[in-house]
Amino acid sequence: MAPLLSVRGLQTYFFTDDLVVKSVDRVDLTLDEGEILGVVGESGCGKSVTSLSIMGLVPNPPGKVVGGEIQFEGRDLLKLSAKEMRAIRGNQIAMIFQEPMTSLNPVFRIGEQMCETIQLHMGLKKKEAKERAIQLLKQVGLPRAEQVVDEYPHQLSGGMRQRVMIAMAMACNPKLLIADEPTTALDVTIQAQILDLMKRISKESGTAIMLITHDLGVVAEMCHRVVVMYAGKVVEEADVHTLFSDPKHPYTQGLLRSMPTLHERKDRLDSIKGNVPIPAEMPKGCKFAPRCEHASEICLGEEPVLQQVGGAKPHQVRCWLFAEERPSHLANPEARSE
Amino acid sequence: MQSGLATMPAEELSAGKVRRRTPWSEGVRRLRKQKAAVIGGALVLLFILTGLFAPLLAPHDPIEQNLANTLQPPSAEHWFGTDDSGRDMFSRILYGARISMTIGIFSVLGSLVVGTLLGLIAGFYGKWIDTLISRIFDVMLAFPGILLAIAIVAILGPGLFNALLAIAIVNVPMYGRLVRAKVLGIKQEEYIMAARAQGMSQVRILFRHVLPNSWTPLIVQGTLGVASAILEAAALGFLGLGAQPPEAEWGKMLADSRDYITTAPWVVMIPGFAIMASVIGFNLFGDGLRDALDPKAQ
Repeated sequence: MAPLLSVRGLQTYFFTDDLVVKSVDRVDLTLDEGEILGVVGESGCGKSVTSLSIMGLVPNPPGKVVGGEIQFEGRDLLKLSAKEMRAIRGNQIAMIFQEPMTSLNPVFRIGEQMCETIQLHMGLKKKEAKERAIQLLKQVGLPRAEQVVDEYPHQLSGGMRQRVMIAMAMACNPKLLIADEPTTALDVTIQAQILDLMKRISKESGTAIMLITHDLGVVAEMCHRVVVMYAGKVVEEADVHTLFSDPKHPYTQGLLRSMPTLHERKDRLDSIKGNVPIPAEMPKGCKFAPRCEHASEICLGEEPVLQQVGGAKPHQVRCWLFAEERPSHLANPEARSE
Repeated sequence: MQSGLATMPAEELSAGKVRRRTPWSEGVRRLRKQKAAVIGGALVLLFILTGLFAPLLAPHDPIEQNLANTLQPPSAEHWFGTDDSGRDMFSRILYGARISMTIGIFSVLGSLVVGTLLGLIAGFYGKWIDTLISRIFDVMLAFPGILLAIAIVAILGPGLFNALLAIAIVNVPMYGRLVRAKVLGIKQEEYIMAARAQGMSQVRILFRHVLPNSWTPLIVQGTLGVASAILEAAALGFLGLGAQPPEAEWGKMLADSRDYITTAPWVVMIPGFAIMASVIGFNLFGDGLRDALDPKAQ
């Protein structure tokens, strides 16, 4: 079966006065129906821009999708007209944002905002739309749904607003929900509730979720498969168990090491040395090489490709350590990567 | 602490009652707490009602001359006295309110509509259209407002309607720039991105989501704008470019009677006072609105 979403060689660049920032540089992604895919990486690695590219919402100027294709249910989203794209946004592909406090329009009641989307895509009458809104709010576990529809965003807490956003996103039964750091702005107990809710909704309605986050804990909790991004590129992709039990890329290993664990007591969490390269000084070879403890000459000189490693399970890594034709001085990579 | 809670009325405590408050009723509530704004609002209301009902209220015909009865001091028959043509000043002031309110309010509405539209387009679409609109505003703002108004009236010809039009045109950039600045901020807001992500069209986002968020400063600026429009209309009238005789316009009345400032001061002072009171009214009300509607003041 063809995947629901298939991104191939996506390139989204930002054009500033004196340089071109390759925010997303030939990214490949696939997402099956009902699957939850985690996209992980630190700030500025291109994960948000990837999601905006899929939605066709890259701010232009300065940004522009310059290459690749985004197949969604057999159609290339990049080739659609603005009007066709609008019919898909909010309808078949919905999105929720990081900041629930600011993603609702402060001057409208909750119900008015929800009804607007429902009426737009589903062609319901005002009264039916309101009933649907109430039903959706109940579905996402909001108490007093009948009253909440008539309230203004400022009367709700962050967690409630994120529930409203999810209800709104689910209004038209989308096939794909893109969630850009949906729990980052919430406190931990609410985070867990919201994640449970998203998981439940995905299961009940078969909605695929592309979960963008920098929180590996969230990934472990939620996702089936994970894509790790660094400096605009996919550096590792595997199912969630493989990724956590057998991370290959030094960056992924670094990320996992920097997570606190319950079992062992550490005074200090590990961190990955150095910083994400700034766009003007992007390394020529592997983008992670300057921060990588395994880096060798070839890493600095030439960029590795994404390729399958290990056994039968799909597990792809972009690293010279695991390259089929690797340079001779890296004879035994397994030994070096713990 | 506990006793404090206990003495609170039950309905204040029940969430429903407090939460039902809309932003609008909240604004009205805060407006009413300000004395200056209430006084301003009362003055505004007084002048608007006066203008509306001038024909019913006026004891005399405002343009009927009575040359046997010129420059009379205030009396029971003529509350504000009579002018150099023996016309009843009180009636003329009442009718003058009608003219000033009309010019003030409608010129502001005119500049508000045009300015808002241009500002929305400039701020939202940006690029060359923003440059074009903004540069036109800059050029217009380079002239002192009254000078530009005089120039426009000089082209269109003197008269009440042309004065209104001139004042409206002159003030367009003020509202346009205000809206543009507001839109530039709002379009970065996440809820606009969210609206896009819900598949709404640009025009819908512009008018349904951006515009309502720009109302507050416009309401405030518009109210204050009425005050300055009244002043500008009076200035044009004073210069003979606005209302034409024998119409009872405050600025014109001031100009016609300035020779009598020593012999019959009331004919000068009363129109002057009317202008001042109406301008103060709108200014106080506008300031009050600003404080009441400013979300930061909460």
